[in-house]
Amino acid sequence: MEPVLREQKSLTAVNDFFEERPQYEEGYYESTNTIIRLVEPPRKTKAYKVTGIEDTASNNNWKAWLYLGPVLILLVVFLLYPLINTIFIAFMRDYNQITGSFDGFTIDNFGVIFGLTKTSGGGTEFNFTRYAIPNTFIIVLVTVPLSTLIALLISVGLNSLKWFKKFLQTVFFLPYVTNAIAIGMVFSVMFDTNGIINYLFHSDIVWITGAERWTAMIPLCIYIVWSSIPFKILVFLSGLQGIDAQYYNAAKIDGASKSKTLWRVTVPLMSPQILYIVVTSFIGAFKEYTSIVGLFNNPGTMAGSYNMYTIVYYIYDNLSTHTSYAAAAAVFLFAVILVFTFLQLWVSKKRVYY
Amino acid sequence: MEQTQSLRKEYIDFTNIRINDNITLSLADSGKTVEGIRKAEKVGSIFSTIVLYVVILFLALIMIFPFYWMITTSLKENSEIEAIQQTLYPTVIMWSNYVYVFQTFDFFQYMLNTIVVALFSTIGTLITTVIAAFAFARLKFKGREALFMVFLMTMMIPGEMMVISNYVTVASFGWIGNDQTRVEAYAAMIVPFWISVFYIYLLRQNFKQIPNELYLAAKVDGKSDWSFLWKVMVPLALPTLISITILKFMGTWNSYVWPNLVTNSPDFRLISNGLRGSAFTDANTGRTSYGYQMAATVLVTVPLFLLFVFFRKYIMRGVGRAGIKG
Repeated sequence: MEPVLREQKSLTAVNDFFEERPQYEEGYYESTNTIIRLVEPPRKTKAYKVTGIEDTASNNNWKAWLYLGPVLILLVVFLLYPLINTIFIAFMRDYNQITGSFDGFTIDNFGVIFGLTKTSGGGTEFNFTRYAIPNTFIIVLVTVPLSTLIALLISVGLNSLKWFKKFLQTVFFLPYVTNAIAIGMVFSVMFDTNGIINYLFHSDIVWITGAERWTAMIPLCIYIVWSSIPFKILVFLSGLQGIDAQYYNAAKIDGASKSKTLWRVTVPLMSPQILYIVVTSFIGAFKEYTSIVGLFNNPGTMAGSYNMYTIVYYIYDNLSTHTSYAAAAAVFLFAVILVFTFLQLWVSKKRVYY
Repeated sequence: MEQTQSLRKEYIDFTNIRINDNITLSLADSGKTVEGIRKAEKVGSIFSTIVLYVVILFLALIMIFPFYWMITTSLKENSEIEAIQQTLYPTVIMWSNYVYVFQTFDFFQYMLNTIVVALFSTIGTLITTVIAAFAFARLKFKGREALFMVFLMTMMIPGEMMVISNYVTVASFGWIGNDQTRVEAYAAMIVPFWISVFYIYLLRQNFKQIPNELYLAAKVDGKSDWSFLWKVMVPLALPTLISITILKFMGTWNSYVWPNLVTNSPDFRLISNGLRGSAFTDANTGRTSYGYQMAATVLVTVPLFLLFVFFRKYIMRGVGRAGIKG
């Protein structure tokens, strides 16, 4: 279909250059004696939908695959194959990870980790349902809202500063540039029974070594919140800088108070960033592991019971001894993360203002 | 119309001050002057600024307190660390803690391992990322969009799923075992991380922004795709590549699980493993000496800080877009 031209006079010179149809953009063009308005016809086929890049890019099929070759090999070997293989392992009976042998397929591995089926040794597995899942969900439900809220308030505060803004931004970003294990160890020193925290609050609570499960959860959550705030502040600040000042002026004219401006103007306008942060930190909190290694070294803070297990800790702990249980737990984690991610994206369709 | 009427009613008690022909300022008739209100507003804003700074500074102090405590503890005597009366700074500065750590904690070996692994995994990642991003951004081939979707979807898979099978894969390459050599250990820690879907995505976005005219110009000059990629696109995307390099280095510096899993000897492990795996026990009491431990922690933290000081811009920009550690 030819573009509809009100007047087709002197556009022929360029026409020969293109094979199928002239590539003028919609709009007004000056010709020798009159101005022409170009109107593009409605696009029927995909062939008309050309962006500049694709149209002029080389059309060399085999070459593109050559470029992608190394990445594709790595992708298949280290990402796709392991994914499928792990799912298979989760369903294998008596899988031996050294020889690779197994005795048919079963769903017992899932039964075992959920404590419904007896292990091959005849015992019942409690660690996953009693500790790993509740601990993980507590971490997720406590740290994600808390750190998001704190980070949001700090970034709104930081954004309205006049002096030392850059410097304070850097200070708040510092915890990101650290080794998770190293700072976890620092926190365990601070929360030591004779440590600074107990000294400051005149308490003698056992937080780390030999602590009760729920007491140990407090330093863990504080540490996770502390270490997850910098990244959130960074994202929120970039979002805040993108908000047009006219919204605030409008709010001011309407006489909105500061807190009302925050919740009715800033937060809705920041909703894309907030959604992004909530999704990523949900996933991150579900995979909490190094913070526990750093803080507790091993999660068994009470003799005989692994009470600071998380799902990922359970996976790594069983990796070499009960590979199938680890794989089953990993599949479970994958499913939970998928469900939560889609749930949040679905919610965002209704609540996020773009 | 009705609304304006009611509004006008509300303003009936107000004193009107004409500023000029166009603006009339209405003030509540409570004896306040314009100056008075301006002054009150100014005092209020100064007050709220002060409160804001106090709160922000207080929170900033909390954020950096662990670093301060790490350094202080690393310089304290063990008896002082465990004393009931805690001190905010060391009464006797114990540089000997660091001497002890350098003697017992094989810092330089771990550092060397970490740098070697970071270097080679970064180089490999950069090469695969650049050529894949180029193919996705500039070349046209069947199934490109579908393949790119597959790439993006792999980002949703938790790494834990891969670790299980990758361990088996790497073992089948013969890189894990009782007779593991240094090169095999390094290979096991490097090769699986030569692919990063996220960096491919990041760089593709960057490549797409490079104007098409440059590509056409290069074509006219008779340049091949390959030389265009390395001579034009890579230099133009250098900031992104630097960000990727630094984030990759930071990731290796922080990696703990995988090196622990695939190496046999502590000699081959990385800095995080070394830090958590060392005992740092006090020779006299047999208990963990926090002074030694914190001195080692400082040694592990300082290189990252230096990296941050020199490449703050790249790190903050890379992280802002990347959103993932490592």
